[in-house]
Amino acid sequence: MVEVLKQGLQSSIQDLGRLGYGHLGVPASGAMDASSALLSNTILGNNPNAAVIEMTLIGMHLKFLAETVICISGAEMSATLNGKAIQLNKKIEIQASDLLTFGSAKLGCRTYLAVLGGFKTDKVLSSRSFYHSITLNSVLKKGDVIKYSPSSSHFTEDYAKLKPNHFEASVLKVYRGPEFNMLHQQQQDWLFNQHFTVSKLNNRMAYQLNETLENSLSPIITSAVLPGTVQWTPNGHLIILMRDAQTTGGYPRILQLSESAINLLSQKKVKDVVQFEGLD
Amino acid sequence: MGAFNLTYKAFGERSILVEWPQKIDEFIQKDVLNFKNEITKNKPKLIVEIINAYCSLTIKYISTIENINDEISYLKRRYSACSKSQNTDFKLWHIPVCYEREFAPDLTVFSKLKNITIEAIIERHTKPKYLVNFIGFLPGFLYLSGLESSLEIPRKSTPEMTVKKGSVGIGGMQTGIYPMNSPGGWYVIGNSPLNFFDVNQNEPCFAKPGDYLKFYSISKSTYQNLANKVKNSSYHLEFEMHHG
Repeated sequence: MVEVLKQGLQSSIQDLGRLGYGHLGVPASGAMDASSALLSNTILGNNPNAAVIEMTLIGMHLKFLAETVICISGAEMSATLNGKAIQLNKKIEIQASDLLTFGSAKLGCRTYLAVLGGFKTDKVLSSRSFYHSITLNSVLKKGDVIKYSPSSSHFTEDYAKLKPNHFEASVLKVYRGPEFNMLHQQQQDWLFNQHFTVSKLNNRMAYQLNETLENSLSPIITSAVLPGTVQWTPNGHLIILMRDAQTTGGYPRILQLSESAINLLSQKKVKDVVQFEGLD
Repeated sequence: MGAFNLTYKAFGERSILVEWPQKIDEFIQKDVLNFKNEITKNKPKLIVEIINAYCSLTIKYISTIENINDEISYLKRRYSACSKSQNTDFKLWHIPVCYEREFAPDLTVFSKLKNITIEAIIERHTKPKYLVNFIGFLPGFLYLSGLESSLEIPRKSTPEMTVKKGSVGIGGMQTGIYPMNSPGGWYVIGNSPLNFFDVNQNEPCFAKPGDYLKFYSISKSTYQNLANKVKNSSYHLEFEMHHG
């Protein structure tokens, strides 16, 4: 088990999400940057769907109560183990009463902590991913104790890297959304030539961009939306839906982020700049 | 044979969007549900979720769709095989609603804005059988159609920060029940003591697209009584089975 000494800004348990319940209006959820979460699980030899801790912008302080092996991936948050700096994307042995601390994100904004075998919080609707109104808690809090199966077996040196540009890159690879063809040529050009900045309205549900363009389209009859759907609101804003998004919406869906673009955007914070690049 | 000319398009790398003529219409809605049931009956393993709305189906695959044209041809064949004589059993759910003042914060203002007496509002709201079109917006939020046109009202210009769980509201041409506390812009005219979304049940939502709901008015004391029964799991949902 591991005890939360400091909770950080927004920390939660996530796996690859709650698949198969969208028809009940249940969001997919799951690690925002699934590629980073997957990387830490892969390094530990875990099931890809093993639950990890996701930290956002400001990390946690944790005290381990049993031995295990961990791996940290995603944004660099100056992690230390008992006061000594430790590396990302590397297996690290943990003893009972070890203290693991994280600071603020240097590059990117979401960091993942995986533990051998995964964290064992309760599964609700086939997933451990936190979501208010589905799971008991929506964030991890000081004093919480999170279970895992203690183990120190088969420790071997193992090391891997994400594509080096995952944190620096600003190009979001996108597909045309279902309503893309309703846009005029000038509107399409604007989408692909503009540099967009992430607004302060960004969270696990959606990222709103600052730049606007007068919206000439009528609302659509409510239809499904997905993580990565770019909606164009009546006041001209672009809203990019993320992992905790609702399942249906009525705004035109003009673009659809690729899976890798969702992961990339998940590491962006307010004022970061992004561009769209068409895949089709 | 499927009855409509449908369009099929890729929606990102993992989904296919199937669209009917874009209107809210009971005949279209039933055809959408018919096709959804047809796919669900014999669902390829790679399909993980099928989300229907009024006039669309979004079919989600477990990972990147390797060959979109093959998948679309497959879906087209399944639609052609849809027979009109499909099993169209549905349930009509009877939903208790308390329209008394403390459960209906907006009923008085609604009555003034629409110039309809509170009694007439309740009578018109409890009269129709509402079709469950789909579930979206929030876990367990049912999109219902069939609201009497005299009760239509534009949404509030400023949404409320918190609409209480169980609130029965009217917004635009729609009526619905908030399954949990949520921000919302509909006029709240009553409250139902039932759970519309419960993760502890095998079926977290009792109502399904294709079912119907009918509201009936209950007193405050009945509300409390039913709320207690719901709380200690001794409440039995009221429904009638209909064979289509």
